[in-house]
Amino acid sequence: MSDAAQGIGLWGVPLAMLGGMIRASTPYLFVSLGETLTEKSGRVNLGLEGTLLMGAVSAYGAAYYTGSPWLGVAAAAGCGLAFGALHALLCARPRVNHIAVGIALMLFGTGLSFYLGKPLIQPQAPQLPALPLGDFSEQPAVRDALRVNPLFILGVVLAPLLAWVLKSTRVGLVLRLVGENVDAARALGYPENRIRLYATMLGGLLSGIGGSFLSLVYPGVWSEGLSSGQGLIAVALVIFARWQPMSCFYASLLYGAAGSMGGALQSAGVSVSHHLLAGAPAALTLLIMLFTCSPDRAAQGQPRELSVGS
Amino acid sequence: MHTGTGAWSDRARSLELVSLTKRFGGFSALQDASLRVKAGSFHALLGENGAGKSTLVKCVIGYQAPSSGDVLIDDRQVAFESTRAAHAAGLGMVYQRFTLVENMTVAENLVLVRDPVPAVVDWKSELRELERFMDSMPFRVPLTAPVHTLAAGEKQKLEILKQLYLRRRLLFLDEPTSVLTAAEADQVLGLLHGLTRQGELTVLIITHKFREVTAFADHVSILRRGAIVGDAPAASLSVAEMSRLMVGDETLRTPAPRMPLAPQAPRLQIADVHAADDTGVPALRGLSLEVRPGEIFGIAGVSGNGQRELVEVIAGQRKRQSGTIRIAGEAFFATRSQLRRLAVRLIPEVPLDNACVPDMCVADNLALRSFDEPPIRQGLFLSRRSIAERAKPLIARFSVKVPSAGAPIRDLSGGNIQRAVLARELSEGCQVLIAVNPCFGLDFAACAEIRAQLVDARNRGTAVLLISEDLDELLELSDRLSVICDGKLVYETDPQHAEIGVIGQYMAGHAHEAAE
Repeated sequence: MSDAAQGIGLWGVPLAMLGGMIRASTPYLFVSLGETLTEKSGRVNLGLEGTLLMGAVSAYGAAYYTGSPWLGVAAAAGCGLAFGALHALLCARPRVNHIAVGIALMLFGTGLSFYLGKPLIQPQAPQLPALPLGDFSEQPAVRDALRVNPLFILGVVLAPLLAWVLKSTRVGLVLRLVGENVDAARALGYPENRIRLYATMLGGLLSGIGGSFLSLVYPGVWSEGLSSGQGLIAVALVIFARWQPMSCFYASLLYGAAGSMGGALQSAGVSVSHHLLAGAPAALTLLIMLFTCSPDRAAQGQPRELSVGS
Repeated sequence: MHTGTGAWSDRARSLELVSLTKRFGGFSALQDASLRVKAGSFHALLGENGAGKSTLVKCVIGYQAPSSGDVLIDDRQVAFESTRAAHAAGLGMVYQRFTLVENMTVAENLVLVRDPVPAVVDWKSELRELERFMDSMPFRVPLTAPVHTLAAGEKQKLEILKQLYLRRRLLFLDEPTSVLTAAEADQVLGLLHGLTRQGELTVLIITHKFREVTAFADHVSILRRGAIVGDAPAASLSVAEMSRLMVGDETLRTPAPRMPLAPQAPRLQIADVHAADDTGVPALRGLSLEVRPGEIFGIAGVSGNGQRELVEVIAGQRKRQSGTIRIAGEAFFATRSQLRRLAVRLIPEVPLDNACVPDMCVADNLALRSFDEPPIRQGLFLSRRSIAERAKPLIARFSVKVPSAGAPIRDLSGGNIQRAVLARELSEGCQVLIAVNPCFGLDFAACAEIRAQLVDARNRGTAVLLISEDLDELLELSDRLSVICDGKLVYETDPQHAEIGVIGQYMAGHAHEAAE
């Protein structure tokens, strides 16, 4: 039995799950918020898996060479921004399919990050410091669970902020207009390509930050198996969350909980096959899609310009 | 006349066109059109498809630049470079198709059209102001409702409210009532008419419906082939004169006389069918009907009352939750072999999207029902030659005008696409025919042709189910007429002795009022 669960017995399972949930949900949260922004403007960016990895490797590299983890986060954000811009600019060309561009950028980002990350597998980069919110407690398990990383806090603030921006600002309303009805947007004189460029760039930026979490917080190393499809799962999560930022937040927590189940059970001394539990988020995605999607009904809340075709 | 950029008045605008001409290459869409619309008048613009009505409006509101001629607003010469500039001068346009954002609320739709949209919207005070605006209007739409929950009539009201919210003083309306019931249309046009009487608004309305012209318009102008051929106070023109001016001396095909019905067993039987729409909401609630060979069974109704779902259920494109469909006594599941054996044919709405492969040529589209059997299928291969040979007489018989042999069907005009689909669906002994809005958006000549074809099919013994939003068409063609409302047939009548008012009340869902 590990240290964390000592003294509080089986209570260690939910506590460790809480900690694990917060940890594991952060990348989902950032990628899904970014993708929500992009999809609200009427485009799907499937390349976010690549962006996530590029964010992770650039954050790790920048933190390692400069010694500052926050500069690493900034590098990841910049890298995500550039990947978002690349996606949007390619999609703005006539007869270019945004799904195909997304898949290409996913492969490109993955490959490039592996290439750039080769020299970074061994060295240890400085990590982002955690906020010790659990210091009031004597219990090491509580302290451990509540050592919250600053990026999660940022995400918690971002979700309601984005919801507000989409509902109550010009920027948000115009972004949704472009995603809902391009003809109306054109008639009102809004340039859809430029608005989508900004939305995709911001989406990339957030995904890049999500990537920096992987390499600078948890698991906090650079390896090629770092993201294991989290960028893609987050795209599915946006559908599950019905394109609502707050729902993205809750859905990310759910995925985080599913993803951290294995570790939590292990810390309480229950041993289940590690590989089986690692597949939990993917299984959850399938289950959710099975129960929420239907051939007879259109997805509610889906931006109307969002289609696979164009 | 004075020019310049001084402030515009807050009253209804006048409009004058002087020898407006618009050329596209060698073709004149508009030729020397001169027109005067008095401030505060309700002015109707009539014309067939392609007569130049939309071109005229586009040239005024800055969507296109005229080739020559002048546009005067309040006696001031203008040449708007963009629709935005026209909007700034108080000109607005309401289109046939809605320009609303379906997934947003009414309030969001109104705020979005403001120029500029406020950087931060304080919804509490914004809603209060919008309520005040609604109170000052002759009709209202619920502010917090998402637009996709509104009925078509409410959407069109919202389009007009949008224009009034923006303080537009000269409104162009492009067939604004094509999706409304007669009662809804009267209400919307009546309100606009009231505003013109108060001198708040000038209205120029493009319409096909003579009833609306005689009921509301002060003045009528008629366009034919880009030229103004009639211009007179509405009261001085009869419907017959207006239609003669619109069509010119083209002769229309009159439908063949109807053969009397011999009583026969029903060929198409639909019993207690239930089905849901795309959002999972029940769209068909126990609909039943029977169509006999040699009759046209018409279904009237406001769009969105289950017509689309009914057609999709019959065609096998939508699952039915319960109920049965029988054709010639046989349970029907719309498999390809059943469609072929029972000769069930379908003319859906928007045929380019729903009955064609747009990028294939006309001959290929004509072969869609028969390419997988001889003579076109020969072993594993298709015979291009027999596709072409089969297409040639069909194209001639149904007078489809094809620009070139291999041209994709999407390049054809709407009327020709509709004729091509008719040619395919009617060519081989059709037993059951389902037609949905077969004349939507077509000009007089094409309409007459297609209606005559439907009557021909009926006289040959086809059971025809005609679903249409055009009540005049239904009254003219149907042997029996029924009204669909909220997924059920609520009323059946003999079109010879039908009362339009009663039908309209059933269409609007006021069944008990109609029964009283």
